[in-house]
Amino acid sequence: MPVFVCFLLGLTPLLWLLLYSWQGMLGANPVELWLRLSGDWGLWCLLLTLALSPLSRWRMLQGVLRWRRMVGLFSFFYALLHLTVYLVLERALSWEDIAQDIGKRPYITVGILAFVLLLPLALTSPRRIMLRLGSTRIGWHRLVYPAALLVILHFFLQTRADWHVPLLHAVVLAVLLAWRLVR
Amino acid sequence: MPLRWNPDLTPEEVTAETLFRQRRLFMKGALATTVSTLLASSANHLLAASHAALPRIQKGVVTLDENQTPFKDVSTYTNFYELGSGKSTPAANAERLPLDTWQISVEGAFQQTGPFTLQQLLQGHPLQERIYRFRCVEGWSMVIPWIGFPLRDLLSRLQPTQAARYIVFETLYDPAHLPGQTEKTLPWPYREGLRLDEAMHPLTILAVGMYDRHLPPQNGAPLRLVVPWKYGFKSIKSIVRIRASYEQPQTTWNQMAPNEYGFYANVNPEVSHPRWPQNKERRIGELLRRPTLPFNGYAEQVAHLYKDMDLQKFF
Repeated sequence: MPVFVCFLLGLTPLLWLLLYSWQGMLGANPVELWLRLSGDWGLWCLLLTLALSPLSRWRMLQGVLRWRRMVGLFSFFYALLHLTVYLVLERALSWEDIAQDIGKRPYITVGILAFVLLLPLALTSPRRIMLRLGSTRIGWHRLVYPAALLVILHFFLQTRADWHVPLLHAVVLAVLLAWRLVR
Repeated sequence: MPLRWNPDLTPEEVTAETLFRQRRLFMKGALATTVSTLLASSANHLLAASHAALPRIQKGVVTLDENQTPFKDVSTYTNFYELGSGKSTPAANAERLPLDTWQISVEGAFQQTGPFTLQQLLQGHPLQERIYRFRCVEGWSMVIPWIGFPLRDLLSRLQPTQAARYIVFETLYDPAHLPGQTEKTLPWPYREGLRLDEAMHPLTILAVGMYDRHLPPQNGAPLRLVVPWKYGFKSIKSIVRIRASYEQPQTTWNQMAPNEYGFYANVNPEVSHPRWPQNKERRIGELLRRPTLPFNGYAEQVAHLYKDMDLQKFF
């Protein structure tokens, strides 16, 4: 499958959100849905990025590694959208409120930290920079593991009562990390 | 006619109660399907009946000069873990709440105790419209025209004794019907409570409806508490038990996370929650947040109840 198909697939959640917002079909609290879905898709793309190298071991799926950079960038894109919705619509860019959040609320602290760890990964992804960095880039890209762990922690810390969903994601990440240790 | 008696029937042959009930459910379901297939318009009529208008409502008892939240939003964006833990799942599972033959058990330090049918409990309490702000601890708010009557009117009928210092409420516990209760998401049954003076406050009501109609199940049919100056989780839904007690009761969210949810849970922009800042709120329908008012805007009426208390400590 060509990479541009992957690009279109990656844009679908965004287009869905835009279309549903425009149609007024996001229910009583659209901002909450934007926040939740951008977070979900950021996490799902991150898990998929980590799943591509185990999957590529399968002869039939050898080609999937070509998508990894694109899926990783979508993960960053949805994380950035998630952060932007929080900063602009949830906190109206009130830096006082945001600083309080970061200082007082561990799930915000952890979430921001995860974003900071993903930032160098996104910045070093253009081909020109990749070529210039050479093998040091691989070292940078190991940051994806602590970032993924922090994202899962971010999920757990904000759960009120129903632990099933974050737990399921934690199990998926655990399997993906275990595969790398065992290999 | 003499009663038929079959002494050969062994206990094993008796249909288990759960099976028996399932059969009744199945029959009900089958009947409903048949009716709706045969008479589509009549089925619509049945559906409408659950949202039927309430008669003889006294209007203008408590009004509010703020835009009312649309009924659609109030009835599709709810926290009611008994019917599912999402915001819209309770509305989707609404018909699972078994509303017929609703009973309320009145217990503890009252002169009048015992089981009441819903009708017996409501008898003699004229319905009023009360337009209140509703503020959820999660940081969103609505304006809702409730239909109900002051809790104090019921309490004076039930006559609390000297030993009554708190009024405790419980939601229906019925895991066979309520899908959320098959999981241990919360320690069921959901329980809430008020100090007697809070319960006797004229703003505290028992609601049976909203927007001139019966309460939809997801909004706490057939009977719920509404305490407008407290976070929404205090306004317990689908009440089956009312108890007067001497001791402060163990309440559900307070039990789950005492550092997050206090027993009092008065709306207070000065006390920030470990998860959410409480100085602002999103009014449903608005894009950006607006400031949260002390006691949800009812400080003038209720602040005196807490005048000697450290509200940072008793949050």
